[in-house]
Amino acid sequence: MIALLVRDLRLAFRAGGGFGLGLAFFLLVAVLVPLGVGPEGATLARIAPGILWVGALLACLLSLDRLFALDYEDGSLDLLATAPIPLEGVVATKALAHWLVTGLPLTLIAPVLGLLLNLPAQADSALVVSLLIGTPALSVIGAFGAALVVGVKRGGLLLSLLVLPMYVPTLIYGSEVVRRAGLGMEGATPLVLMAAITLGAWAILPFAASAALRANLR
Amino acid sequence: MMPDLGKYAGPVLWSYATGAAIILILVALSWWQGRRVSRALAAAEARLGDHDV
Amino acid sequence: MSIWEYANPKRFMQTTAAILPWVAALTAICLAVGLVWGFFFTPDDFRQGSTVKIIYLHVPAAMMSINAWGMMLVASLVWLVRRHHVSSLAAKAAAPVGLAFTVVALVTGALWGQPMWGTWWAWDPRLTSFLVLTLFYLGYIALWSAIEDPDTAADLTAVLCMVGSVFAVLSRYAVNFWNEGLHEGATLSLDKEENISDVFWVPLVISIAGFVLLFVTMVLMRTRTEIRARRLAALLLREARA
Repeated sequence: MIALLVRDLRLAFRAGGGFGLGLAFFLLVAVLVPLGVGPEGATLARIAPGILWVGALLACLLSLDRLFALDYEDGSLDLLATAPIPLEGVVATKALAHWLVTGLPLTLIAPVLGLLLNLPAQADSALVVSLLIGTPALSVIGAFGAALVVGVKRGGLLLSLLVLPMYVPTLIYGSEVVRRAGLGMEGATPLVLMAAITLGAWAILPFAASAALRANLR
Repeated sequence: MMPDLGKYAGPVLWSYATGAAIILILVALSWWQGRRVSRALAAAEARLGDHDV
Repeated sequence: MSIWEYANPKRFMQTTAAILPWVAALTAICLAVGLVWGFFFTPDDFRQGSTVKIIYLHVPAAMMSINAWGMMLVASLVWLVRRHHVSSLAAKAAAPVGLAFTVVALVTGALWGQPMWGTWWAWDPRLTSFLVLTLFYLGYIALWSAIEDPDTAADLTAVLCMVGSVFAVLSRYAVNFWNEGLHEGATLSLDKEENISDVFWVPLVISIAGFVLLFVTMVLMRTRTEIRARRLAALLLREARA
């Protein structure tokens, strides 16, 4: 499993692997929104939590369709399915690799983008914590969606239609945590609920995703 | 016969009109698909001489 | 004689051919009585005026769009556990019906909201979760149509339906987080205080029965079409090979 993780990470960091693309996209969202909305600080501060969270969702989505598709096309997914490690473990490992190359970097640069969007400084820690807890859920939900559409040619659009509705609870709780922190309110409740979603998703979705992969490989 | 809907006649009538339209479209499409498929099936069965369903 | 006998497509076709006209007729009667009664013979609400008449479309459509997803969930589970093709086809057949009901609920809700709340749309918890439900229906239908192999499609959509149900419920509770919202509470709860008065209640119940029957009729009709289409595809394949 660790070997698989290392392999996936290597592939992602290699040229053309897609690492950095999500980050660049996230940065673009944070730059384009003020251009569209106008430079007014108070407005930007109000919408910053939502923008950052929506940007994180979309950036996560960007690299999802390659999660299983490449391995499916060159046949290595068949090998992984017959490998001694369970397919659920493969899914979890790949989702973890996806999180390490998208979710984690997004989390780390988010405070910088928060500056661009005039996010109140007291919300920075809430932003990092909420993204740190929330983005793993995005990766594993995305892995489930990617497993569903792995056999579909040009499945990217379908993938976003399937995955984005499932991002709704995480998005709501995540941006609520940041919003409350920005207003100086207590944000533990949405944070705990979001953590519950993340844990539940990691517990259940690898099984659902491997069921989907098995159906696709049959 | 027509009840007096007062100042809200517009929304009420539009609700009934669009609701009926959406449901009728659904019924018509399902009906049409059903007709098309059963005709094609009948033709295929006649060609192959296989009558099962 | 158990319910699983209807999982045999042939048996299903025979039985539904016999009962479908009756169910369809009953649907037409219930819908006609409920909606005509509601539209022509109910008084205006003292607060909402004549817009209260929209309830006879709005509430049944909203109820059935949730119940339709529930039926799809059950059918998907039956497919995954017992591999009955009729079950997966029934789930496939139900999705567009559920989507249509969801759209009816949203449209009538918008038309009702405009005079009552002064806005077509509000990001109210109930409204938002309905929009999310619409997206789940669209995703489910899109996944069915994207995958060529029917059994794979049935498996994948069944898994999607189960996982989607969980996330739809989670979204329902997540949106509650915002605030109380504009939407009225339960219409048909057993709590008398909350309930609407009897004048509106009887036609509403008839109308709900009409929508339930409409759903049954449409699902039976569309499942029959799906079974025929599956058989047609098999025949054509055999013809092409011969």
